Amino acid sequence: MSTGLRTYVIRRLILLIPTLIGITILIFGITQLFDPVERASLYITNPKQARFAEEIIKKYGLDQPFYIQYFNWLSQVIQGNLGWSQSLHMPVLEALMTRFSATAELVLYSAPLIIILGIFLGKISAVKRNTAIDHMTRVIAIIGWSLPAFWLGIILLAVFYGGLGIFPPGRLSPWAEAMIRSGEFKVYTGLYTIDAILNLNWPIFVDALSHLVLPVITLTTINVALIMRVMRSSMLEQLSKTYIIAARARGLDEKTVIDRHASKNALIPVITLSGLLTAGLLSGMVITETIFEFKGIGYFAAHAATQLDIPAVLGFALFAGIIFVIANLIVDILYAYIDPRIKLG
Amino acid sequence: MKIKLNVEDSPRIKELKFTLKRIKETPLSLVGLAIIILFTIIAIAAPVLAPPRFGRDPYIIPRYGYFPEPQPPSPEHPFGTTEGQYDLYYGVIWGTRTAYRIGILVVSVSALIGIIIGSLAGYYKGIIDEVLMRLTDIILAFPGLILAMALVVAFGPGLNSITLALILVGWPTYARLIRGEFLRITSEDFVEAAKAIGCSDFRVIVKHILPNAIFPLLVVASLDIGAIVITAAALSFLGLGAPEGYADWGQLIALSRNWITGTADNPFAYWHTYTIPGLFLFFFVMGWNLLGDALRDILDPMIRRR
Repeated sequence: MSTGLRTYVIRRLILLIPTLIGITILIFGITQLFDPVERASLYITNPKQARFAEEIIKKYGLDQPFYIQYFNWLSQVIQGNLGWSQSLHMPVLEALMTRFSATAELVLYSAPLIIILGIFLGKISAVKRNTAIDHMTRVIAIIGWSLPAFWLGIILLAVFYGGLGIFPPGRLSPWAEAMIRSGEFKVYTGLYTIDAILNLNWPIFVDALSHLVLPVITLTTINVALIMRVMRSSMLEQLSKTYIIAARARGLDEKTVIDRHASKNALIPVITLSGLLTAGLLSGMVITETIFEFKGIGYFAAHAATQLDIPAVLGFALFAGIIFVIANLIVDILYAYIDPRIKLG
Repeated sequence: MKIKLNVEDSPRIKELKFTLKRIKETPLSLVGLAIIILFTIIAIAAPVLAPPRFGRDPYIIPRYGYFPEPQPPSPEHPFGTTEGQYDLYYGVIWGTRTAYRIGILVVSVSALIGIIIGSLAGYYKGIIDEVLMRLTDIILAFPGLILAMALVVAFGPGLNSITLALILVGWPTYARLIRGEFLRITSEDFVEAAKAIGCSDFRVIVKHILPNAIFPLLVVASLDIGAIVITAAALSFLGLGAPEGYADWGQLIALSRNWITGTADNPFAYWHTYTIPGLFLFFFVMGWNLLGDALRDILDPMIRRR
């Protein structure tokens, strides 16, 4: 790592602090919309404490000025106490952690699919600009972009699960869940497809995979246009540059010009989309997991929202905000590393 | 001597003409335009297409009994009824108005806030800019739907909460856009000239800079309606919207969730409950996106005019 890049990374890490403080202030600001008794639930780690709401109000100074309350709350959050989720009957942080593996499994399959498909479609659309292929890929992308995730999910379930009896909702079939709970099956990662491979248990692998098909299709369909659109315009921009004309003039064949020259440079702006894609996936999870009863953090958040389980919803929002900020940080650093033209400093 | 300006030569008019010409050349954007016009007609003609009962809130869907099982389309109910015997035809027609109301309200109010904040930040720069932009940073640090969901839960469920939440989440994008334009324009000579002849800050901002900065915002704002409506429908679908029976596409789709699997002899027995409100929402959003996709290409300076 060059010194310039190192100072850049350090600078970006320092800049992360005010952003994180801002995020926590915003979330805390939302809690101020509630009266102290309701807010007490944000500090509870056990429902038995609920009887002592008055004491909690005293202890955390919930009747004190804004800034004192904020620091009390922040010190709790930093210690990992996000409050008690009444809809799940467990601490919010524990709920997020236990459900994270389900969401991670969805990301594991949908993110690569979105990126590869998006880049491929964007490239082909640019190379064949204004041909039937271009128009068709663009129409498909716009349709995907316009499809409400929850409706697409319902249609997919109606056709495949209701009509054909395949790809059921949920994460596993009852028999597979029983097998995992029996102890015969060792849970290493919580990602059932990976665990099934590690256990060499093919029936569970197939079962877990068949539950993943529809949610992954849904997430891919609604997010692929994001990558495709940028790849297309980035590719068009590169293809009109003089170094492409020069490459063609040297007699290089079209495949080399496109794959070796244009594509490589066209990919740079696509990297910046990883942040937006993270946000799209996080938002998409809330809807997709709800439709398919796929019990990850998105399902948990949506379920908590309908129950007006405030600590759970705010805890999830804070979690999503932090992930999004970190994703953007990684993107910026990666971008500076890949593209030497970016001015560091 | 007074110099006579030819309106035809004004760069803004030229820009508009160029854009319109390109829209005409792109068949997809024409399809989008046609879809939007159709929905606008449906929204305006709602009282004629689906007359409300006298003296009732027209947004409350009439129901025909309390039987849970949806009924298939029939002469009295052209789109059938959904769970709880709500008339689906009435629901989707008046739902068009609900969609427009949320879309236009959210977009116009957040654009207005964005214009005010963005011009203050871009014109005065310095500490004002720094503070206002850090504020936008914080809001933009969250995935929009998730922050909106948290706000709706805090405000208490309902369409007004959804509208307010989407405004609070939406304005920073516009503020950023306007600020960028302002930073570019304030350094131009005509702004200096206006200040030199003693125009007030307010006059410089509103009369001189804003007219030159607003075109991109108008485009982005008009194209945002599809995205806003889809997010509002998603929140409604999750059960954070209006009480049951309100004419709202998201809620109508939510009412179909128990009827996806159909009956033993016909797996698609209740197809109308999820297909019809979904198609209305989908086409509405697609109309705006088709137009938006074409406009984005036309206005993108990197690839235009080639």
